[in-house]
Amino acid sequence: MTDLAATGKPVRRSWKDVDLRAVAPFVALAVLLVFGTIVNPTFIGIDNLLNVATRSAFIAIIAVGATFVISAGGLDLSVGAMSAFVAGVMILFMNAAPLDGNLPMLAAAMLLAVGVGAACGLANGLITTVGRIEPFIVTLGTMGIFRALTIYLAEGGSIAMKSQELRATYRPVYFGDVFGVPVPIIVVAVVAIIGAFILYRTSFGRHVIAVGSNDDVARYSGIPVNRVRTVTYIIQGICVAIAVLVYVPRLGAATPTTGLLWELQAITAVVIGGTALRGGVGRIWGTVCGALILEVVGNIMVLSDLVSEYLIGAVQGAIIIIAMLVQRSLSRR
Amino acid sequence: MKKTFAGLAFALASAASLGGAAYAQENKEVTIAVSIPAADHGWTGGVVYHAERAKAALEKAHPGLKIIVKTSPDGATQANALEDLTTQGVDALVTLPHNSDELTDPIRQVKDKGIFITVVDRALSDPSIQDLYVAGNNPELGRVAGEYMKEKLGTADVVVIRGLPIVIDEERQKGFDDAIAGSGIKVLDKQFGNWSRDDAFKVMQDFLTKYQKIDAVWCQDDDMAVGVLEAIQQAGRSDIKMVIGGAGMKDMIKKVQDGDPMMPVDVLYPPAMVATAMELTVANFYDQVPVRGRYILDATLVTKDNAAEFYFPDSPF
Repeated sequence: MTDLAATGKPVRRSWKDVDLRAVAPFVALAVLLVFGTIVNPTFIGIDNLLNVATRSAFIAIIAVGATFVISAGGLDLSVGAMSAFVAGVMILFMNAAPLDGNLPMLAAAMLLAVGVGAACGLANGLITTVGRIEPFIVTLGTMGIFRALTIYLAEGGSIAMKSQELRATYRPVYFGDVFGVPVPIIVVAVVAIIGAFILYRTSFGRHVIAVGSNDDVARYSGIPVNRVRTVTYIIQGICVAIAVLVYVPRLGAATPTTGLLWELQAITAVVIGGTALRGGVGRIWGTVCGALILEVVGNIMVLSDLVSEYLIGAVQGAIIIIAMLVQRSLSRR
Repeated sequence: MKKTFAGLAFALASAASLGGAAYAQENKEVTIAVSIPAADHGWTGGVVYHAERAKAALEKAHPGLKIIVKTSPDGATQANALEDLTTQGVDALVTLPHNSDELTDPIRQVKDKGIFITVVDRALSDPSIQDLYVAGNNPELGRVAGEYMKEKLGTADVVVIRGLPIVIDEERQKGFDDAIAGSGIKVLDKQFGNWSRDDAFKVMQDFLTKYQKIDAVWCQDDDMAVGVLEAIQQAGRSDIKMVIGGAGMKDMIKKVQDGDPMMPVDVLYPPAMVATAMELTVANFYDQVPVRGRYILDATLVTKDNAAEFYFPDSPF
């Protein structure tokens, strides 16, 4: 199948091959949209679709970061716990900081959140590269650390924004819209455009792919492998922080269940989107599509009366596997 | 009153705890170990808070009393903690076990040393081990919510957001279903919200899309009620008359107290039950009152009138 010389028209075939692979997640999403409409016509209503797209924003933003980490051959399991930690620190800052005016306060809190996220990512990156430990183990460890720190800061309860006035100022960042497009969707688009630019149009992006394909070859080619890997973790940390900026105004609180299992959802979104778990291939727009697919599947399940509430997990799992099979069969044709 | 009976109580209590070493004094020395889960979500956070609070109050009331509170993040750690606590020589153990199956045998070993056992919330697989069992009432939590809706709304279309598929959730759901059976309350849909604010928000958003008219929401847990209220506010829907949660989170009790029309009542499943268990255990040693048996707390309906009684502004939950 990969032996192009054996086929009659190698050029056309390889063009088709690449194109379909990138398009496959979007085909899967389209199929799901049709399926959802058949199950319940209210599904295709603009309000519902906007709700779903808005809800998928957290995972989509985090997954853009995860696309960098995974394309470079790494893995980050700590993103869910990191989200809760960054959210907790941000809210505690807003409750305590002696700043006048809501807007300067929000700006300072946002900067702090991005800083904390980047620092968390830097820690993951340095421990992985300098310490030469498997990223799976490193980020499993930091996952426990971030989660426990959050619970410690919350004294076991939740961390809520105290000032209702500040909350009212911040609320539009999740619930507001610009010309009918909810703000979180705009944030996803901006993050994805910047991510795509960095990954496809800069030398750093090409280094990420090179490191993920074969780090020995990359090293002999003069690419600073450890630095590239570390920076992907920092990008991941910043993406987590951006997701938190959109998450906090929704419920105004960080709780011990904040970000639970987000790491698995982010990794699933990345893989559905066509990025290879072994590294060397990265597809930003596929990742965003993957995050949408995950959220749409959950939405269809609630809107339909197909199965009892006990079986929803099984159907969700099956739909994800079928979506992947559809994608594989497309990319093989 | 506790002091008055302390002298009389000693003979009985010490027979059970000190193996019959009999000497009388006002400030009898008693050590009680409290083993509870670490604060991994709001409710267990409340348990830790109330255990510490009861410890301070009880130690002040009884100068000879020493209470050791130990939290454990999981069942295996808790089993180790139980061993450590018993080697320190305690007279009684108050424990909220992580899970019943895993911890029944470790607690049995503590019991075999002649220590008074109080179990909170989660019953052991072998109930003969516990001297005292203190728990909330899960079926009642569902029933009280169902009865309230039946009485206030008469006929209504209701959506239900459940917790996680475990026994506690099943019991609550069954209590609710039994209460509304044959009434005008119709359950449109049920989904799991995993006792999480974020998941409850998502499920409620989808319910609002799916059903054009919803009269009430039952979500059996105050954490989930936070997400539900936010989703309703975002959708700008005015058809929902009430949201009924449960447990007794301070923010929700405050809403009830302030007369929030969306949250007229709350149903209690209080983390403070650990304090009840500690009080009763201490009473066994200092007061001449029989405490052995099962002590099941009501799922009290919290209304505007009695809300102040259940409001703990300093609690994390």
